[in-house]
Parts: sequence; structure tokens; C-alpha cells
Amino acid sequence: MTLIRGRRILAGAMTLVAAAALAACGSKTTDGNTSAGVAADVSGDTVKVGLLNSLSGTMAISEVTVRDSIMLAIEEINAAGGVLDKKIEPVGEDGASDWPTFAEKAEKLIREDRVAAVFGCWTSASRKAVKPVFEKNKALLFYPVQYEGLEQSPYIFYTGATTNQQIVPGLDYLKAQGTTSLYLVGSDYVFPRTANKIIKAYAEANGMKVLGEDYAPLGSTEFGTITNKVKSSGADAVFNTLNGDSNVAFFKEYKSAGLTADSMPVVSVSIAEEEVKSIGTQYLEGQLTAWNYYQTTPGAANEKFVAAYKAKYGADKPTSDPMEAAYISVYLWKAMVEKAGTFDVEKVREASDGITFEAPEGLVTVDGATQHIAKTARVGKIGADGLITEVWNSGEPITPDPYLKSYPWAGGLS
Amino acid sequence: MTVLIGQLFTGVSIGAVLLLIALGLALTFGQMGVINMAHGEFIMAGAYTTYVLQQVITAAGWSLLIALPIAFVVAGAMGVLLEMLLIRRLYARPLDTLLVTWGVSLILQQLARDIFGSPNVQTRAPELLTGNIALPGGITVANNRLFILALAGGAVVALTLALRVTPLGRRIRAVVQNRDLAAVSGIPTARVDRMTFFIGSGLAGIAGVALTLLGPIGPTMGTNLIIDAFLVVVVGGIGQLKGTVIVAFALGVLQATGEYLTTLSVAKVMVFIAIVAFLQWRPQGLFTLRTRSLA
Repeated sequence: MTLIRGRRILAGAMTLVAAAALAACGSKTTDGNTSAGVAADVSGDTVKVGLLNSLSGTMAISEVTVRDSIMLAIEEINAAGGVLDKKIEPVGEDGASDWPTFAEKAEKLIREDRVAAVFGCWTSASRKAVKPVFEKNKALLFYPVQYEGLEQSPYIFYTGATTNQQIVPGLDYLKAQGTTSLYLVGSDYVFPRTANKIIKAYAEANGMKVLGEDYAPLGSTEFGTITNKVKSSGADAVFNTLNGDSNVAFFKEYKSAGLTADSMPVVSVSIAEEEVKSIGTQYLEGQLTAWNYYQTTPGAANEKFVAAYKAKYGADKPTSDPMEAAYISVYLWKAMVEKAGTFDVEKVREASDGITFEAPEGLVTVDGATQHIAKTARVGKIGADGLITEVWNSGEPITPDPYLKSYPWAGGLS
Repeated sequence: MTVLIGQLFTGVSIGAVLLLIALGLALTFGQMGVINMAHGEFIMAGAYTTYVLQQVITAAGWSLLIALPIAFVVAGAMGVLLEMLLIRRLYARPLDTLLVTWGVSLILQQLARDIFGSPNVQTRAPELLTGNIALPGGITVANNRLFILALAGGAVVALTLALRVTPLGRRIRAVVQNRDLAAVSGIPTARVDRMTFFIGSGLAGIAGVALTLLGPIGPTMGTNLIIDAFLVVVVGGIGQLKGTVIVAFALGVLQATGEYLTTLSVAKVMVFIAIVAFLQWRPQGLFTLRTRSLA
């Protein structure tokens, strides 16, 4: 199981170099019209959109579910008449879990297929790789995974959570539960280190103590010592930003050490329904996760989404937060286009502010200034059946704040 | 104090894992001098064997026990195949062996990906092994780690006995000490080599079964282990089992202590520095085998 997630910047530097090189080549060959951007081809009775996900390689397991969700939304929209009386024609490309490939395929979708918008990407590394391509061509990307924040591209709409819609509310929940001390465990790369910086700043301002902080390399499976340290620290709770397979080894060790969700709960931000299935509920039952959506989230919109997804892809397939964020991104784009009355990228961006949608996770609103969306934060408990049941929510959608500007304690972070 | 004892146990159990993955290599690399980069993939084969068995036999306890002998045979057979098809032709060219077995390791990884898919898979551990034993003073000892410790101990005892008292063991030792003399004394060295390779690779399979208790099973799990395994054998001294055993536990405790006092990455660096310093002082490793062979 590779659960390496969104926001996560593996080999970030290398990717940037590769992407920069690619962008440089691109601008050389197509000099004349780069500044103007490429207009989408909407002359026929269909409008093309790009789907850019890894269908092969280590990320495929996660990204295929995102692709499936986007396809579901497109089918539903087409069945209801399409967008501005045009049917959506999806053009799929495989990013192959390789960040330079993402940049190359993005360029192809924009320039050759002349799509009106692109949906996809998962890891932060792939997003960072395609970002200059979208900015150079003035084309739109809808990014559906929660990430580390501190980014705001004019040509990307972020439909997953930023830090103040997932990590900060998770901490608020712990504080309300009377948690006064935390232990931080994470994978050793940008996302967990950024997240933990935010957590430490929060803790300091809120009278919580951080008793320890440990990082394991991605893929590490030896958690004996870390578990010992966690146990002897006597912390009230553990905040887990581990990614990928390390979670399997960590939770096995955690249970072996006699630690339970009752004695020392773990709050994870990278374990959704898919991952629960693969780690095994044997180890996860009762532990907490912070997200914006669970398969069990109540409401007619979610019942419809879950039923439609299972009908199309199989009754045993769970729905998860990134899948939901991908599904609604297509509907949000449709609403923006219809409000603008055109597929023109600049006009669509101008029209985006204030767009609302009754999403499976509840009402979401696009914030035009940050191009993120206001979402309800949730904390859930993992059950024996592998599903996650909500134990707390923020009550109302939280306005996105990718740079945490409205939090005085976060002053020194960005 | 509690923490200290807990950490000591963690160190010993890291040592047990190191010992299990290095034991097979101590035989094929230590005794025969073959640099087998595909050793890690034999570990992977053992782990996947456990996974496949659990699909058939759903009782986690039984499937784990049955997996032990089957993984031994599966990994051992793969080793023999490798020995017969490739390594045998390269005994005089150790550097070529390194490249060839590395290629084999890549092929085996891709094979695993094609058969089982690239996402890693998990096995369920028997309920008995997910718990722990609470000792007085708040010390807890994880059952799965005790099991691995017992398994490593058992493997060492069995291997030592096999080398000391069985006719095959005598022949193996004879071939290691002086191949030519063994050959002229009528020992079929080619067959002995093959058997040594079978046992060494089979032990890798056993290590694979044990590792399913600690982490996920995936196509690249072997590559992460192979370096540690070679380190243990090189530092322990070529051709000596007791060196491998002592060094495995020493490195385990060093790693656990370093990690406790600093962080995981710093501890890894400390271990590497200690190894480099040690090899400067004793390039031949902790123990050496005195032989009359000219090589």
C-alpha cells in the first residue's frame, strides 16, 4: 500500500529543477503565444477537460480512485445536459507517479487537446511540477487533495483542505477534550515538518506541551524505539503525520506496546477509508482521523454520491475525502463556467468568488481571493467495520487561510 | 530504568531482525564468498509466501506456522535456481556476480509487482502475537518481537548444529576451508555449493515470514534490508557465524540507544560511523577464519 499523500513534497527540489527545465524548453519552442495563453477549443458541441492522474506506478492505488470520482461527476453532468449546452469530453493522461511526466502531460493537455480545465494531481511534488506549466499557459488546474498550505497559484483551484481546515481544527478538538500534552510522529519530509511547525506554534499559544517529536524516513518500518519514547513520554495524545506504509508498521508496534485508543489516542491526517482497509482495523479501531468528509457523513447529497459510486464501481469500494474533493471539483468548475457564461479562463476565475455547492461533505463556498474553498472540518473515529464515524465537526464551513494570516500564533511561520 | 530496560529489549529485538536477515547471507556470502544482491528478494519471496498462504488458510496462527517451512523451501529453491543458472558460471568473477545478481534482484522485484501489484500488502497477525507481556515495573515486552527473537535464536542453533554435526555440515566446512583439497578428497563441491545456497536462501525466506509481523509486504522490501544484512556479515567477519550473531545484537542495541538519545536519522549515522571506525581498526571483521587456502 502506498499512501504517500498530497501535499507531500518528495524530492521536491529535483522535481522543481526538472519542471523548470521543462518549462524553459517549452517557452523556447512556443515563444510567440506563451504570454497570451492557449484558448480552449470550444467550437464543437463538446468541451474537452483533462484528467491528469497516475494510473501506473506507486501512486496509482490512490489516484485511480480520484480519477473514478471525476469520471462519475462528468457522467452525471452530461446526463443532466452538460455545461453551457456542451457535453464534457474527458481526455485522460497518465502521470505515471513521475513528477516530470506530470508536467509534460499537462503541457500536452493544454496545448494539443486545448482542454478548458484539468482535474487531478495528488502529491505536492506533482502539483509543484505542473504549477509553472499552468501559470505559463494561463490554464486551470483543479487540485483535490488536502496539503501543507503556504501556496496560492492564480491558475489552481484547491478543493481539498488547507492546514486551517484540517490540522488546526484537529488540534482544537484535542484541546476541547482536555489534551494538554502531545507527541508528534511524522515521516521525514516537507509535509510533516511543515505541519509540525504549525502544531508547535499552536501548542505554545494554547498552553499545550509538545513532549517529543520524531521523524522516520518514508518507508521506514522500525518503530520500536519511537513507540517506546512515545509511551514513556506519557503524552495525552499522539499527532500522526506519517505517510504511506510506515503507518502499518507504526500501528502494529503501537498495539504491541499495549497502547490503545483509550490510553493514548492517535490523531492521523493521512489515513482515510482506503488506507484503513489496507492497514487493518485490527490495529486502528478507536483511533482518530481529521478530515472534511467521511463515507458516513450524513445528508442527501452524500447518500446520492455514495450510492452512485458504489453502483458504478462496486459495493465494496469505500468513498474517501480526496475522492469527494475530486468529485465536487467538477461541479464547482461547471458552476463557475455557467456564472461566467463562457469557458474563458480569466472570466471563469473572476466568476469563482462566492460559488456555492451542496457537496456530500455539506455546503462549500469558493473563496475567490485564495481560490481555496470553505469546508467543514471533521474529526472521526475508526470503527471495527473500517468506516469512520464523525465525533466532532466545526459546525460551519471554515474560511480557507492557506498562509494562516488570521492566526496570531502563526505569525512567524510563513 | 523502565525505559532503559524497554529500550534494551527494543535493541535486542532489532538485533534479532538483523540476525535473521543476515544469517542466510553469512552462509552464502560469508562461507561461499558469493555477493548475492538478490538475497533481499528471497526475503521478499518468504514474505509473499506468508501472504499467499493466508489467502488460502485464513486462520492467522496456522498460516504463519505453515509459512515457515514453505517459505524456507520456496526461497531455497529460488536460490538453487539462481546458483545453477548463473552464479555457478561466475565463481571466478566475483564482481560480475554482483552485477548479475543485482539484475536478478530487479527482475524479481518487477515480477512481484506484476503478480501482486505495486501497492504493498498486509497479513493479519495471529491475535496471540499482537499483544504483549507486562513485566513488573511497567515494562512491556511485545509478543511478536519475542517470537522473532525465538525464531532467530532457533535458526542460529539449528544452523550451528547442522554445520557442526551433520555430514553435510562437515563437507560445507571442508569446502570453505580449502575447496581444492576438499575436491581431491572426493567431496562433490558443486553439490555442496548448491546445498549451501539452498540453506542460505531458505533462511532468507524465514526472515521474510518474520518481517510480516512487523511491517508491510512489498516489492521493494528486500532492497531496504540488503545493506544492513551485508553490514552485519562484513563487520562480523567472513566465514564465522558467531561474529554475525554478536554484531547483529551489538548494532541493534547501538541503533536503539542512539535513536533514543537523538533521532532515528542521527542514530543511523552514528551506526555507520561506528562501523567505518571499526573496519579501519579491524578490516577483516570481528572474527576471522584461519585457513590454509592461498586466497
